[in-house]
Amino acid sequence: MMISVNGLYKQFGAIEVLKGIDMTVEKGKVVVIIGPSGSGKTTLLRCLNVLEKPTKGKIKIGEKKLDFDNPVGQKDIHAFRRLTGMVFQNYQLFPHMTAIENVMEGPITVKKEDKASARQKAMLLLEKVGLADKANHYPFELSGGQQQRVGIARALAMEPEVMLFDEPTSALDPELVGEVLKVMKDLANEGMTMIVVTHEMRFAKEAADEIIFMDQGMIVERGTPQQLFTQPKEERTKQFLQLIQ
Amino acid sequence: MVKMYLNNIVIDPERMERLTTIAKSSLLPLLKGALYNTIPLTLLSFAFGLLLAVLTALARISGVKLFEVVARVYVSAIRGTPLLVQLFIIFYGLPNLGVTIDPFPAAVIGFSLNVGAYASEIIRAAILSVPKGQWEAAYSLGMNYVQALKRIVFPQAARVSVPPLSNTFISLVKDTSLASLILVAEMFRKAQEIASTNYEFLLLYTEAALIYWVICFVLSIVQDRIEKRLNRYIAR
Repeated sequence: MMISVNGLYKQFGAIEVLKGIDMTVEKGKVVVIIGPSGSGKTTLLRCLNVLEKPTKGKIKIGEKKLDFDNPVGQKDIHAFRRLTGMVFQNYQLFPHMTAIENVMEGPITVKKEDKASARQKAMLLLEKVGLADKANHYPFELSGGQQQRVGIARALAMEPEVMLFDEPTSALDPELVGEVLKVMKDLANEGMTMIVVTHEMRFAKEAADEIIFMDQGMIVERGTPQQLFTQPKEERTKQFLQLIQ
Repeated sequence: MVKMYLNNIVIDPERMERLTTIAKSSLLPLLKGALYNTIPLTLLSFAFGLLLAVLTALARISGVKLFEVVARVYVSAIRGTPLLVQLFIIFYGLPNLGVTIDPFPAAVIGFSLNVGAYASEIIRAAILSVPKGQWEAAYSLGMNYVQALKRIVFPQAARVSVPPLSNTFISLVKDTSLASLILVAEMFRKAQEIASTNYEFLLLYTEAALIYWVICFVLSIVQDRIEKRLNRYIAR
């Protein structure tokens, strides 16, 4: 099992956002999390790389495990984060660096790679996302879709075990969504383990191995796209699917 | 009164010659004062002050109560008291506790503390102006706090803080004239010394003022260049 989450809770002040999440993801699978806003899906994703520190529960990725029932050290958190790559809704490219410098940054600063080899690898990644010709452009010179593809390359540069996508196309103009989804589908086909929070139901249907439907901080239902979209078992799932279709 | 005063500056050739001679002969001592004291005093104080400012700013946003309180008290005390009084306490006051500091280092300490307090607010605001998502992007790559600060946040904060920090720097150049009162032989003190021998106060003080102006003018050109360089990644 690539990822397993056990009894995960997250509380912001008095508000409980995650109420006991249990889930597993096998290596090479693509899991899409859907659900109404405020359902906790983004929080769950952010707990997986500890951008939000869970209140309690356990997360295991590969061989590494964090147990939030006990105090967790910063060093362990930093090491744990290297197992995952994160793609943000608003790209969050580093504006003071060119596209290729963005992709090189993790390997150079965190992995202490030498610049020349980091640059070489970064160039391959930019080619992979179709942006080799934009290597020396600053983020402000790129479209949203291009920026997000650089964001994906930047995350891949750390060679993560799992890629996390937090509504990667929500901030994009409609005509730019396709190019980002294509890169994500290519990744899925290569066997990358992916967890994707998205409202793109077409992507969910075409690329996901499994859909998780969340509501009010809990996993309501999970299944293959076929099962979940055509014969949902739970009433809340049905209501949600009706609303978005 | 006004008439008498005006009579005084009516320019006859002999007086003109005397003024020219004094202006010429005093230029070198004034420039030496600037070069050996005003400028080093400014550069050292700004460098130490900036370091102090960064530490103070980080303490203010650290979330650690003790650090925050210490930083707040420091900034409040420095901003709430006159710079001249601070210099006097360090140079004339501390000897009463058995701590005697030479004029130049005393001035460096005083000005550094001053710059540290004022610039810390600038740097704090600049750091806070960097979106939280930038920290998160850095962390998501596996960076720790120091790496995220150094590689991602400071470069962006620098861009925002250059204009107000330039203000602080230019103020500092001029404030160093206060060091004349704790016996630092900087440019303005030289001007005072020369004027006290020949009584050409207007000439000497104007000459000093012009040199300050030239220094500050050069600095504002440097500021422009730095701003242009740091703005290269911003959409125009």
